[in-house]
Amino acid sequence: MYDTPTLERTVDSNTVKFSARDVHVFYGETEAIKGVDIDILDNTVTAFIGPSGCGKSTFLRCLNRMNDTIDICRVTGKILLDGADIYDKHIDPVQLRAKVGMVFQKPNPFPKSIYDNVAYGPRIHGLARTKADLDVIVEKSLRRAALWTEAKDRLNEPGTGLSGGQQQRLCIARAVATAPEVLLMDEPCSALDPIATAQVEELIDELRQEYSVVIVTHSMQQAARVSQKTAFFHLGDLVEFGETGQIFTNPRDPRTESYITGRIG
Amino acid sequence: MTDLSTQDAPFAGSGSSLMRRRNRRQVMLQGLGLAAISFAALMLFVLIASLVSTGYKAFIQTHITVEVFVDPEEISVEKLPRGGFRDVLLASLQKEFPDVEGRAELRSLQNIFSNGAQFQLRDMVSADQSLIGQTVTLRAPVSDPFDQLAKGLVKRETPEQLRRVSDREIDWFDTLDAAGKISQPVNWGLITNADSRFPELAGLKGALVGSFWALLVCFLISFPLGIGAAIYLEEFAPKNRWSDLIEVNINNLAAVPSVVFGLLALAVFIGWFGMPRSAPIVGGMTLALMTMPTIIIATRAALKAVPPSIREAALGVGASRHQVVFGHVLPLAMPGILTGTIIGLAQALGETAPLLLIGMNAFITSAPTSPFDSATALPTQIFIWADSPERGFVSRTSAAILVLLTFLITMNAVAIYLRSKFERKW
Repeated sequence: MYDTPTLERTVDSNTVKFSARDVHVFYGETEAIKGVDIDILDNTVTAFIGPSGCGKSTFLRCLNRMNDTIDICRVTGKILLDGADIYDKHIDPVQLRAKVGMVFQKPNPFPKSIYDNVAYGPRIHGLARTKADLDVIVEKSLRRAALWTEAKDRLNEPGTGLSGGQQQRLCIARAVATAPEVLLMDEPCSALDPIATAQVEELIDELRQEYSVVIVTHSMQQAARVSQKTAFFHLGDLVEFGETGQIFTNPRDPRTESYITGRIG
Repeated sequence: MTDLSTQDAPFAGSGSSLMRRRNRRQVMLQGLGLAAISFAALMLFVLIASLVSTGYKAFIQTHITVEVFVDPEEISVEKLPRGGFRDVLLASLQKEFPDVEGRAELRSLQNIFSNGAQFQLRDMVSADQSLIGQTVTLRAPVSDPFDQLAKGLVKRETPEQLRRVSDREIDWFDTLDAAGKISQPVNWGLITNADSRFPELAGLKGALVGSFWALLVCFLISFPLGIGAAIYLEEFAPKNRWSDLIEVNINNLAAVPSVVFGLLALAVFIGWFGMPRSAPIVGGMTLALMTMPTIIIATRAALKAVPPSIREAALGVGASRHQVVFGHVLPLAMPGILTGTIIGLAQALGETAPLLLIGMNAFITSAPTSPFDSATALPTQIFIWADSPERGFVSRTSAAILVLLTFLITMNAVAIYLRSKFERKW
């Protein structure tokens, strides 16, 4: 298993990708996110941790406006991607989601072939002019998701026939195929066995070279293993945000300490 | 190691009265369920058995084979299709029974033939005029009383004055039978003929074609409209009081008695729009009104059954709302939608009351060639035949019901096949 000591993990980027200011999210009358300010860096894995219902997934889904699909959900505040407000009315959420890819908790490949799964995004966004272009994108995406060697001989078989871990990597390939700048991952390993988890975690670290990765996780060990920065959410508040090593070894907020030592959660 | 045999049985309570009572209840419940199912199966068996036992006789038809001399004095090329076909037919029988004389006797003899026999001969001669002056072999249906006699439905033991055929006529028939001129082939006329006053000639063609047109119109209207409405309500409509109201009303609409739809169609389609009466187009539109709620409900259920993870996956790579619906959700929901549609159409096929109100129970002796022609449908044809006094229609009614049931069972079987073939386990 990938296991760099957390203290040696350093942030080597200073480019801010996402910056959120005073973000509130309401589900009907309930306030799920109570004013979050955060700067998410490029080429960095940022982990969101916290107990169930703390709002970490909700906040993640604000970053590509997936919450728009929920009728009763309302978002206030500002979220800037490369300085542009993604909740501006001139921004098309469809274009945004091509730039900010997402991987979900449960592997959810389309009931189509492996090839079509990966090619779907580029097709609807018109990224490939010819079949050859598309083939290149599919291969590149599958390689990037470390699935090429396993899948190259069975591109026409249904994606749903792969194992759980392979399916999740296929979903990652599908997400990177639209050439995103940010990858959002909502508990990507919670439905996987330890070996598949290790493979995906290794992959996440490689993806950092090209993308800003934001990962929501239930497992503190996972956050410690894969991330450079960690944000701890509790009851809709962003309690603490800092370098992963500092959060896990020297938390400043007593609530963070309670959580990582297992007293709340 | 413990000695197993000396251990106290942990389930020692199994002999207690509480346990016994519980077991007895279980047995009783199972028995009741079994009894209910047996009763339902028995009723179904009785229904099918009674239909088959009366209906099978309509699937054969007694025919008479005669050598007919196409007499040029009676039938000439110039007068076709008119001509003395009746007389020529009678002459062919007179050859068999030379001693029959007198108008009344001759008419009885003539009546062995179905009224359709002369037209059969006419069509034969019209198609091939060289037959005039020659002797042709004609196999024609016998009239209903003789058909009933041959099938044993008119009993010979019945006193003559209570019987529809006299002793004399029975003698003629037996003579012909002994001469091998009577046969009972499969009654294709049941499918290939349209309705007729004469049971031996009456068939279901008009009703089958009428039902086909009506169902086609019904499908063409209700399928796209139903799916469109369901997609809008399920995928795009905001969830508020209005959409709730619409949802409740659609569910209610599915439960509205069909006769009400018939009245509505009579008032709106025929009364206001002035569309033709008795026409399958109006019948189809009426049935579409009834089928649409069924399709909407089935489609919404099928759309709901598509797991949200597929929607999220598509939205996550940047598909728009309509790309998600038409590219992913609808194809996955299609088997369920088709199943619901077929079941809705099967319901429509068996629907009688609204068709009675728009006049699709008219007596029409030719099959419609377009949805705008007057026609009947299968259930209304059954209704008409069940109402007819002639004995021959009794078995034909049962036979028509069997034909209708065959179509219904086939459609439901297709629906079940589609569902099992394309059903997806998530």
